[in-house]
Amino acid sequence: MVSVDQTARADSMGTSSKTTRILGGVLLAGIALWLFLAFVVTEPDIRIDGTSGQEIGQFDAFRLIYVHVPVVFVAYTAFVVTAIGSIMVLVKRSVWWDLVAGASAEIGALASALTLITGSIWGRPIWGTYWLWGDVRILTTLVLFMLSLGYLAVRRLEGTAEERARRSAIVGILLVVNILIVNRSVEWWASQTIHQDSTIAEAAIGGSKAFTLFYSIVLAMGLFTWMMIHRFRLAWLERQFDRFGLDDALTSRRAEAASVLEGEMS
Amino acid sequence: MTHLGFLIAGWGVVFVACGLYAVSVIRRARRVAARVPLERARWMTGKDSDVIGES
Amino acid sequence: MSILSEVRLIMGKDLRIERRSKIALNQVAPFAILIVVLFGFALNADRAALTTFTPGLYWVTVLLASILAVHRSVAIEAGEGAREGLLLSGLRPASIFLGKATALISQIFLVSIVLLGAVVIFYDARVDDAVLLVTSLVSAVVGVGAAGTLYGALLGAQRARETVLPILLLPVLAPVLIAATRAFGDAMGTVATDGWAWTALLASFAAIYVAMGVVSHGVLMEEN
Repeated sequence: MVSVDQTARADSMGTSSKTTRILGGVLLAGIALWLFLAFVVTEPDIRIDGTSGQEIGQFDAFRLIYVHVPVVFVAYTAFVVTAIGSIMVLVKRSVWWDLVAGASAEIGALASALTLITGSIWGRPIWGTYWLWGDVRILTTLVLFMLSLGYLAVRRLEGTAEERARRSAIVGILLVVNILIVNRSVEWWASQTIHQDSTIAEAAIGGSKAFTLFYSIVLAMGLFTWMMIHRFRLAWLERQFDRFGLDDALTSRRAEAASVLEGEMS
Repeated sequence: MTHLGFLIAGWGVVFVACGLYAVSVIRRARRVAARVPLERARWMTGKDSDVIGES
Repeated sequence: MSILSEVRLIMGKDLRIERRSKIALNQVAPFAILIVVLFGFALNADRAALTTFTPGLYWVTVLLASILAVHRSVAIEAGEGAREGLLLSGLRPASIFLGKATALISQIFLVSIVLLGAVVIFYDARVDDAVLLVTSLVSAVVGVGAAGTLYGALLGAQRARETVLPILLLPVLAPVLIAATRAFGDAMGTVATDGWAWTALLASFAAIYVAMGVVSHGVLMEEN
C-alpha cells in the first residue's frame, strides 16, 4: 500500500520545467561568457593625461560597471512590470497580473538594494566616497528601494483576496507617482550632480567595453525572466495552497482512511 | 589587477545575493508544491478562475 | 446632500471626537515639543547650529508627529462596526476622503503652529518672510494630511499598521521634507534659495495627493 501523501510528493511539481531548465542552462553559459568578457577580454580604463602625461582613469574598477549597470536595468524594469501589473489588476481584476506585480516587486527590491551596494563599492575608489549626497540617481534609487519595501509589506497584510489585491495595486501605482515626484524634487534639491555622466563620457567606451556592457544588460534581462518564472510559480503554488490546502488535505485523509478500511476488510 | 578588493566585493555581493535568493525561492516552492495536487500546480494548466475574489 | 456638506459632516465628526478626546492637543503636540527639546540635547544646545538647522529639525518633527496623527485618524474608523457604518451611510467615497483629510490637516496644522512657537523659543528661530512661511506651511501640511489619509485608509484596521505606516509613508513624504525645509530656510533667512519655487512644489504635491486620494478612495471602497 502506498500512502497518498507519498504519491503526492513523488509527482509534485516544483517551479522547474523543461523551459526553465533549458533557459537556466543557456544563462549559466551566458554567465561564464559574461565573466570572461568582463575580466579577460576587456581592457582596464587607462588613459594618458594630455598635459601631465600621467596615467589616469578608473583602471580595473571600471569592471564594476559591467555588473552595476545590468543590475540597475533589472531594478527599473522590475518596477515598471509591477506598475503595469498593478494597473491591470484594477482594470481586469486579474489574479495573474496581481501575482506578476508581487513577484516583480520582490526582485526589484533585491536589484535596487544591489544597485545601491555595487554603486557604493564603485564610488569609493572613483569618487573617494561610498555615498554622494548630491547625486540624484543614488537618492532616487534609495527612496525607490524603501518604497518597494513598503509595497511588499502591504502585500503581506491580511484581508480578503479582493481587498489585498486592490490595496496592493493602489500602492503599486503610487510607487510610480512617488518616484517621479521624488526624482523631480531631489534633482532640484541637488542642483549640481556628479555622476557617471561625466565619468563615463571620459572613459572612452567603445569596442569590447561597449559590447560587454550591452551583452551584460541582455543577459541580465534573461536572468530576470528566469527568476520571474520561478517566483511567479511559487506565488501561484502558495495561492493554490491557501485556497485549497484544507480541501486537499481532507481529500487525501479520506482516501487514506478508505484504503486502510479496504485493507482491513480484505 | 587594481582595486581587486572592490571588484571581489561588488561582483561577489551580486552573485551571492542573487544565488541565495534563487535557491530560497526554489526550495520554498518545492515545499509548497508537495502539498498542491499536480493538476493545480501550474497557472497554465490549472482551471482556477483568473478573476480576483472569484472561485 | 452636496459633496461639500458631506465633507463637512465627516470632518465635523472627526473634529468633534478630537475636541472631546484632545489627543492631538494633549499627546501629539507635547510629543512634538519633546522631540524639539531632544534635538537641543542631541546638538549640544549649540545655538548657532540649532538656528541653522531649524527648518530641517522642524520638518522632521512635524513628519513624526503626523504619523501619530494619522494613526489616530485611522483608529477612529477601526472601532467596532465604524467602517461598516461609514459604508452604509451612503456617503460618497470622495467626500469621506476629503472630510477625513480636512480633519487630519487641521490637526496637523494645529500641532505645527504650536511647534513653530517651540522652535522660536528653543532654537532662536527668526522669521524674515511671514507670508512665505505660512504659505509653505499650509501647502506642506495639506500634502502630508492628504497622503497620510490615503495611506492610512489603505492600511485600515490592520494589526501591522503601527509598523507598516511609517515605512510606507515616510519615503513618500521625503519630497515634502526636502521642499518644506528649503522653503522654511528661505523664510527664516538660513539658506539663500527661492522659497516660492519650493512652495510651488509643495502645492503640486498636495494637489497630486488630494487627487490620488479622491480617486483611490473610490476604488478602495467600491463594493463587489
